[in-house]
Amino acid sequence: MLETEICQMKMRNPTVLAAGVLGSTSSSLNWVARSGAGAVVTKSFAVEPNKGYPNPTTVEVEGGIINAIGLSNPGVEVFKGELEKLEGNVPQIASVYGSTPEDFSMVASQVENLVDALELNVSCPHAMEGCGASIGQDPDLTRSIVKTVKSSVDTPVIAKLTPNVTDIVEIAQAAEQGGADALTLINSLGPGMRIDLETAHPILSNRFGGMSGPAIKPIALRCVYQVHQNVKIPIMGVGGITNYRDVVEFLYAGASCVQIGTAVMYHGLEVFREISTGLEKFMKEKNYQTVEEMVGLAHQQ
Amino acid sequence: MHVPQVLKIKRIVEETPTVKTFYFPWEFKDEITGQFTTSAKFPTPGQFLMVWNFQDEKPMSISSIDPVNGEIGLSVKMVGPFTQSLHKLQENDQLGLRGPYGRGFVIAGSRVLAVGGGIGMAPVAGFTEEACSRGIEVDTITAATTQSEILFAERLEKAGSRVFPTTDDGSHGFCGFATELAEKLIKEGKYDMVVACGPEIMMKKLSLITQENQIPAQFSLERYMKCALGICGQCCVDDVGWRICVEGPVFWGDQLSLISEFGKYHRDASGIKNQF
Repeated sequence: MLETEICQMKMRNPTVLAAGVLGSTSSSLNWVARSGAGAVVTKSFAVEPNKGYPNPTTVEVEGGIINAIGLSNPGVEVFKGELEKLEGNVPQIASVYGSTPEDFSMVASQVENLVDALELNVSCPHAMEGCGASIGQDPDLTRSIVKTVKSSVDTPVIAKLTPNVTDIVEIAQAAEQGGADALTLINSLGPGMRIDLETAHPILSNRFGGMSGPAIKPIALRCVYQVHQNVKIPIMGVGGITNYRDVVEFLYAGASCVQIGTAVMYHGLEVFREISTGLEKFMKEKNYQTVEEMVGLAHQQ
Repeated sequence: MHVPQVLKIKRIVEETPTVKTFYFPWEFKDEITGQFTTSAKFPTPGQFLMVWNFQDEKPMSISSIDPVNGEIGLSVKMVGPFTQSLHKLQENDQLGLRGPYGRGFVIAGSRVLAVGGGIGMAPVAGFTEEACSRGIEVDTITAATTQSEILFAERLEKAGSRVFPTTDDGSHGFCGFATELAEKLIKEGKYDMVVACGPEIMMKKLSLITQENQIPAQFSLERYMKCALGICGQCCVDDVGWRICVEGPVFWGDQLSLISEFGKYHRDASGIKNQF
């Protein structure tokens, strides 16, 4: 009943581990898969190793957390070793980042045979200059990165977009024109910040960080809804999903499946199984036979 | 809320030439009223805090837990720039603390051997004091390189523990490694349980000794940590993927045997493996 498919990836349920959460090693990805996720996305990696920002890199705020980990990763060469050790019981998506179309395609082509799809991180809100959201705010650059990667790999390509733009539809259409097979909407919001009352110190060492968690759900949902109306490729919805009711909303808005991140902090790795169980019960009550028939229903109202 | 609480250092105890203990009143500001309240979340032995010096933030074990006086102690060994900055602090200076995090030691059994190597004595001291107060007989090995670096011997004797100091150079107590003395005591001692924290090589050897002697044992592990909230994945260990900040830092010996990297390697900030 929960089985679904996106980019030729057959998933046992529509919950996917979001990029940046736990996925730095094959061990943690395999554990998430065993815990019930329908698919997993790795933490973003690039050509060279990167230590990220000094701590504090995360702090809680009302309705979620803000983080500026700074895309820490051991580089593609080492990460290939991790990808080789994936158990492969669920579809695996590699999240890659870079600062130029060539960077992206170099990383993507080195790992395409080890995963089922590639997710291009053109949306990290706290990446260093020239990476992340500074790319994803530019439709031409987004189009050209997707296009370059598409021309260098045979594996499906998913573009993960930032909500921190005037018009997300414009960026989504640019990614679609570049040849993206699917979109992930959205990356963390902001950046935001938190300041200590006693000392007036900004808490994150980077001062600013991307906001995730329940508070950003309404914005993520709106982005999915708006983009669904204006593109033909499927959407992975992400942003503040913590229970099956959130998943239903995202499906109704037009997402074909959902990614889950911050909820792991609140509910542990059991969250994937809990959400799947709740969703199945809901579908039975509402008499839905498949996940697909729920996708985009809000647009018919 | 997982936000650093900025607290004033109540007092500082110089334990050894390289270790200081910083005592804090364990109280939190209410999110709404801004008033200080004693938190219900008093740490248990083996749990840790994230310590923020307004430049960087690192996990630190809690070495003293005193709910009666509403105070906790953090023992810090000077090893690098972060701990050097902590050692420069005076009474009434501030640090940001968040937590407590992780799963601490299970306090059980009637005769326990507690083993601490170097600054690994911090969580072991917390354990020994709590276990002794519950009437458990605790023998504590406090191991150091040399006499002046022996930690908490008097404090733990006062708590009711039999304390066995060991030094690598033989300047005080047993001459040799903590594991050698531990093995000797285990063979004589009829312990129900062993708890340990210290260099991973020490714990690796101790895990083999406790396995051979079929004694349940708990070990406190350390890994590079970022969020401490169970989501960044930085402290996950091979092959099980467990997070040191949530599933750990304390593991039972049988869990430890599933952690294939134990005693072999750990990962740095970028995730690259470093051999022990």
